[in-house]
Amino acid sequence: MDLTYTDEEEEFRAGLRRWLATALPTLPPPPDPHDWPGRRAYDTAWQRMLYDAGYAGLHWPADAGGRGATPTQHLIFLEESELAGAPYVGANFVGLLHAGPTLAAEGSAAQRARWLPPILRGDEIWCQGFSEPDAGSDLAALRTRAVRDGDDYVVTGSKIWTSHAEVADWCELLVRTDPDAPRHRGITWLALPMDAPGVTVRPLRTLAGSTEFAEVFLDEVRIPAAYRVGAENDGWRVTMVTLSFERGTAFVGEVVACRRVLGAVARTARENGRWDDAVLRRRLGRLAAEFTALWRLTQWNVSAAERGGGVPGAGASVFKLRYSHARQELYDAAAEVLGAGALDTDHEWVAARLSSLSYTIAAGTSQIQRNIVAERILGLPKGR
Amino acid sequence: MDFRLTKEQGELQDGMRALLAGRFGPERLRAAVAEPAPDRALWRELGAAGLFALRLPEADGGVGLGLPEAVLLFEETGRALLPGPLVACHLLAGRLDGVATGERLVGLAQAPGGPGLWEHPDECAELVVLPDRADGPVRVFRPDGAADAPRPSSVDPLTPLARVPEGGGRALPGPAVDVRRMRREAALLTAAQQLGSAARTVGKAVAYARVREQFGAPIGAFQAVKHLCAGMLVRAETARAAVYAAAVTESEDEVCAAKLLADDAAVRNARDCLQVHGGMGFTWEAEIHLHLKRAWWRAECWGGARETEERLAAGLLTG
Repeated sequence: MDLTYTDEEEEFRAGLRRWLATALPTLPPPPDPHDWPGRRAYDTAWQRMLYDAGYAGLHWPADAGGRGATPTQHLIFLEESELAGAPYVGANFVGLLHAGPTLAAEGSAAQRARWLPPILRGDEIWCQGFSEPDAGSDLAALRTRAVRDGDDYVVTGSKIWTSHAEVADWCELLVRTDPDAPRHRGITWLALPMDAPGVTVRPLRTLAGSTEFAEVFLDEVRIPAAYRVGAENDGWRVTMVTLSFERGTAFVGEVVACRRVLGAVARTARENGRWDDAVLRRRLGRLAAEFTALWRLTQWNVSAAERGGGVPGAGASVFKLRYSHARQELYDAAAEVLGAGALDTDHEWVAARLSSLSYTIAAGTSQIQRNIVAERILGLPKGR
Repeated sequence: MDFRLTKEQGELQDGMRALLAGRFGPERLRAAVAEPAPDRALWRELGAAGLFALRLPEADGGVGLGLPEAVLLFEETGRALLPGPLVACHLLAGRLDGVATGERLVGLAQAPGGPGLWEHPDECAELVVLPDRADGPVRVFRPDGAADAPRPSSVDPLTPLARVPEGGGRALPGPAVDVRRMRREAALLTAAQQLGSAARTVGKAVAYARVREQFGAPIGAFQAVKHLCAGMLVRAETARAAVYAAAVTESEDEVCAAKLLADDAAVRNARDCLQVHGGMGFTWEAEIHLHLKRAWWRAECWGGARETEERLAAGLLTG
């Protein structure tokens, strides 16, 4: 049980701090949250700066162009980036955290050479075409159909909840290539160029008022078979290789940010008099314990990833269940402190309160996460 | 950074788990309901195994280990639901005669601010009472005189209680006690016991949900039950991260967080375990109520929810 960082890790932290201190002042002001092309430009410019400084793809293997950093170094990177106020991964999210690692693990040499460097440099943006209107938590029910025709697949169907679809260059797409096979064995992974004829993107407005994701309609879209990663009908395994590649670092920056927000909420309560309410104080005190524990749980999971072994992603489900609830509690408490001010969506805590509602749904609902914990960690029987 | 247990720490914890499984299994636990006085032979074995002298220097006959190791062992005592003033004997080993070896039992309580109660009054040779202020006097009582005082009928059948005497006593001999530190460590070791109990009730609920069948299936196949069990594991594992981290950093705020979350995990996991067991859970025969009742007692000791939450809240303004 050692929470001290090694000399090497401290050196890495110090170097990163020095670089952030010089790099961040050169950034342009962040774009309007509704200006998606502007956001893409901002996010990719930051990615290019990371690339030039040698921090791009920190957690990617070295032979994929990454730094092959340890999970602990990745934790330090995310912690320091948040503390310094650096931009979030943003539009580069899917490329850096899912499509890229999938290509690195399962792609051919030619595919890796074609797609990985542009992700690292911030030249190309990826989005994710997994969920469908009738395949959400039950992803393997997906029906978007791909039929082989010569050197192409012809793809028809629709995808939903596709973040950054409007500004993406590529989409990692799961399609059904064998409707007669058992559900998990008839799925294929394809790279879809978003400018291909037959692709229509329709933005979806979230309850927070943002159009961060979209529906993607595919009408006889031709995708070269050379864009298939892994074997035909092996797409489920190809996808899961990366989904289980969870190093416990998914929410590092956010936990750091939540702890800062909680302090600000407390100070605001002290200034506006709501601090006199013992019920509110106790609520905030409990949240302090909560986020302290979540930070330590992050370190616990990262240490587990560093050692290897155990059920992949198991600690991540435990963490996500607790964190997504805690985040909602934090912004509910912030709203209590703001009083009528919580009705003004211009306040950043109000916007964050609205977006926090997605946390118990996105990337595996809390109900699905509980199934995972119960079945994969506790060994309870599968069932309904 | 490597937050996980070292090989040695894992072996130490496994050793204590094996010792308690052999010496204080479910049958002994049930027998203790009728006769809650700690088993003196077992107490001496625990002394020989180093539970009390764990953190005393080797030169003084101790084991020379640290708070993380103590937390791992106390987690096991909580898992086994071992009754007795374990925290007191660990913290007072080396200060009062015969405690380190397990020959004598002593009590430790906090003056007003705590529950005003202390455990196993008939078994303890002495009671040490910590002041509520860090610079106040630490007092020692011989509890014989208090034997006649009215006693609450303890909710936990394995934890007889008596009221902490007000005033009197004599000063604790020897060098000054670091009161803040002792309270902090008492809170942390109590939290470690809560963690052990919380982990144990997850295990019990899951084991029962796997074998108990209704509607033609193990009840653990139903999401309504499955999700209760998953929630229990989340509570236990979150508390574990907080408790272990507090053992490493010894920070006041982290100990508060650990106590709050471990209390919550122990109490609520025992409740959910009871629920998973249905009618059987409500019986005296099932041991689940013993976990719940002990968790209630420990939650009152060394910082209850109100005090702890207020302290953490105050820390938000200064931190």
